[in-house]
Amino acid sequence: MEVNRRQFLKSIGLFTILGIGGWSAFELLVPGQIEARYARKKEALRAKRWAMVIDMTKMDEEIAKKCIEACRRIHNIPDFYHPVDPKYKVDPKKARRWEIKWIWLEPFEHAFPDLEEKFMPESLKEKLFVVLCNNCDNPPCVRVCPTKATWKREDGIVMIDFHRCIGCRFCMAACPFGSRSFNWGDPRPYINYRNPEFPTREKGVVEKCNFCAERIDQGLLPACVEASNGAIAFGDILDPNSEVRRLLREHYTIRRKPHLGTEPQVYYIIM
Amino acid sequence: MFEKALVGSKRYWTWVAFLLALTGIGAILYLWQLKVGLKITGMGRDVSWGFYIGNFTYLVGIAAGGVMVALPFYLHNYKAFGRIVVLGEFMAVAAVIMCLSFIIIDLGKPMRAFNVLFHPTPNSILFWDMVVLNVYLLLNIFVGWNALQAERNDVPPPTWVKVLAVFSVAWAPLIHIVTAFIYQGLPGRHYWLTAIMAPRFLASAFTSGPALLLVIALIIKRYTKFDPGEVAIQTIGKIVTYCIIINVAFFFFEVFTSFYSQIPGHMQHFKYLFFGLKGHGIMAPLMWISIIGMITASILLVIPGIRRNETTLALCCILVVISTWLDKGPGLMAGGFIPNPLHEIVEYWPTLPEALITLGVWALGFLILTVLYKIAISVHEEIEV
Amino acid sequence: MYDGGKVIIGLIVLFIICTFPFFYNMGRAAKAPEPKLDTPAIKKLPEWERVCVQPTPWMRANHMRLIDQWRNWALREANREYIGFNGKRYTISLQNTCLNCHSNYDKFCDECHSYMGIKPYCWGCHLQKPKEWAKGELKEGR
Repeated sequence: MEVNRRQFLKSIGLFTILGIGGWSAFELLVPGQIEARYARKKEALRAKRWAMVIDMTKMDEEIAKKCIEACRRIHNIPDFYHPVDPKYKVDPKKARRWEIKWIWLEPFEHAFPDLEEKFMPESLKEKLFVVLCNNCDNPPCVRVCPTKATWKREDGIVMIDFHRCIGCRFCMAACPFGSRSFNWGDPRPYINYRNPEFPTREKGVVEKCNFCAERIDQGLLPACVEASNGAIAFGDILDPNSEVRRLLREHYTIRRKPHLGTEPQVYYIIM
Repeated sequence: MFEKALVGSKRYWTWVAFLLALTGIGAILYLWQLKVGLKITGMGRDVSWGFYIGNFTYLVGIAAGGVMVALPFYLHNYKAFGRIVVLGEFMAVAAVIMCLSFIIIDLGKPMRAFNVLFHPTPNSILFWDMVVLNVYLLLNIFVGWNALQAERNDVPPPTWVKVLAVFSVAWAPLIHIVTAFIYQGLPGRHYWLTAIMAPRFLASAFTSGPALLLVIALIIKRYTKFDPGEVAIQTIGKIVTYCIIINVAFFFFEVFTSFYSQIPGHMQHFKYLFFGLKGHGIMAPLMWISIIGMITASILLVIPGIRRNETTLALCCILVVISTWLDKGPGLMAGGFIPNPLHEIVEYWPTLPEALITLGVWALGFLILTVLYKIAISVHEEIEV
Repeated sequence: MYDGGKVIIGLIVLFIICTFPFFYNMGRAAKAPEPKLDTPAIKKLPEWERVCVQPTPWMRANHMRLIDQWRNWALREANREYIGFNGKRYTISLQNTCLNCHSNYDKFCDECHSYMGIKPYCWGCHLQKPKEWAKGELKEGR
């Protein structure tokens, strides 16, 4: 069989690539498994679909700020407006750009942009509403993530795996509520309170409220719910006997941008 | 055939050195970005995609635009395009490499880029974008290179090259449709949430791609013996004309829908872009230059006399390239993100490092283009002899 | 050989570059890694309780896979309890379980990792050194 030098070199190259590439692919994609010795914690809270009802009649700015502080402390969320070390100070425009917020306050016109009325009650117009990730039931952010770094857990919480996130920020573009933040730089110099039981995040990953999934799995309620003094109710919306269902039966509630079909699971009692 | 790129005149090497310098500056600044994070850019929580992704979107259009010379030649045997087809394919290669570079430098964790392969997610359009862009790159490399090689050896290209060429013609609109789908399926961004985004992208691609190709071909004609032929130049001019008119028309269709329906959510993005809102109007001058440029180019290009004169044709094509870039790059990003989903206005402007890194990627693309074109032109000069 | 002189010089330069690490470190022996287990948390436990979730040889070979699987079990499946080799139950958490006993990451984890030239990026997120945080001086994870 006549094989000229060029063909020979080509086939050697091809087989080398296949060989090395094939072996690497095997090692990378089928890593060894360890024995599955795990269990759900007995005390973990369980639900078929977690939801939150925020009673804005019981919530005032003081309580809201406590909820936000609780979240900030528990999750080591940086504050670019007030760095501890003055050498890290940045101008407010940059702080606004790099801001990381999981739960925060917005006036009615920003929280519910399509519902604002010219002649609505002044108290409502001026009230500051607590907004956070709605952990939607039909989340567009999950639909767009190219690596499944964000996904909807069985009990409905939309999670982020900071190890897998490649920082493409497609989920930020997809979220119709502006709930997601990105770590444009290392957040650590700006973390004023530290919780040694929860990791910080690195630059280059997206983060958002996760309904305190790590606390729920240990049998605790989300930090904001605990700090809210009863203004925020949290429970299983598919359980007819839960607190959230009771509140939804007794009060008319509104959600943010329901017409987009994302099925947000944070309900607001506004008056 | 690579050896053809290693010999050249002083002008060639000066140009290559200039591009290498720009690429080097961009690369060094990118290393800084890797170390410090994307905070060196002007992007933020509200405008989370900016100059990098805007340029990526525009360049996918340029890459797809190459199909406008490949389609008549491969599918309809339009012999006049015989010389320029290889230029179109190589331009597509350079453009796709620029696109992939812009995506990589925009990632927060580029070292994890392969996660898209390890955890394939078919419901994510970004996954499909990666697939179609890489396939298109390989198609154009194989087809362009082998067609050129066959031409050099004075044999018809093998059948599989012709099959892949037809396949790449079908694939080219696909890459830009998938890129448009990235934007037009997002429920919270009303500037993008329109079915006409894909047609608008295609129209813009099919005008800007050939326009850029035409300008570069005319520059090559000036400095080398490579002449694509007057028929080819004129036909490309006609393609640019028709497509820029369609692009302007699509834009006005969007304006009509938003302003006749008077829906605030739709209008406010156009109002921000062209007039500014609440005192913020940094994009307005650029958007007016863009639309007036596009309309002017449409009107001028319709006039046969202007198209026949290669200087005015080239100037109009440059106008097309700039105005479509403004519309599809910065304009598309700003319009989509501002006002943000909470109807707040937070403006965006690229920082100097961001602009220089972008320039570095463009320089890299032009470097690849130069090398590939040098090979193609040298081969043609060799054949002519 | 065409351009023989340049080719041979090029090959010699390549050879020197490729073998440089060996020549540079010739005659020197790097110290074997000695991970230290003398953290306050471990010292508090009685001798017989100083066991990890799995025996040491298993941990040495598989701790990376363990941590990887732990993340998936805890985060993706909400199963936050691990049953150790001796039946004891542990909370699945690098930070609160592993680093609880092995709080001296730089004298334990990094000992072997530095020796092997491995740079896992755990400490960019999971490292806890409160006093450096308060000063705002924490450097990014190695």
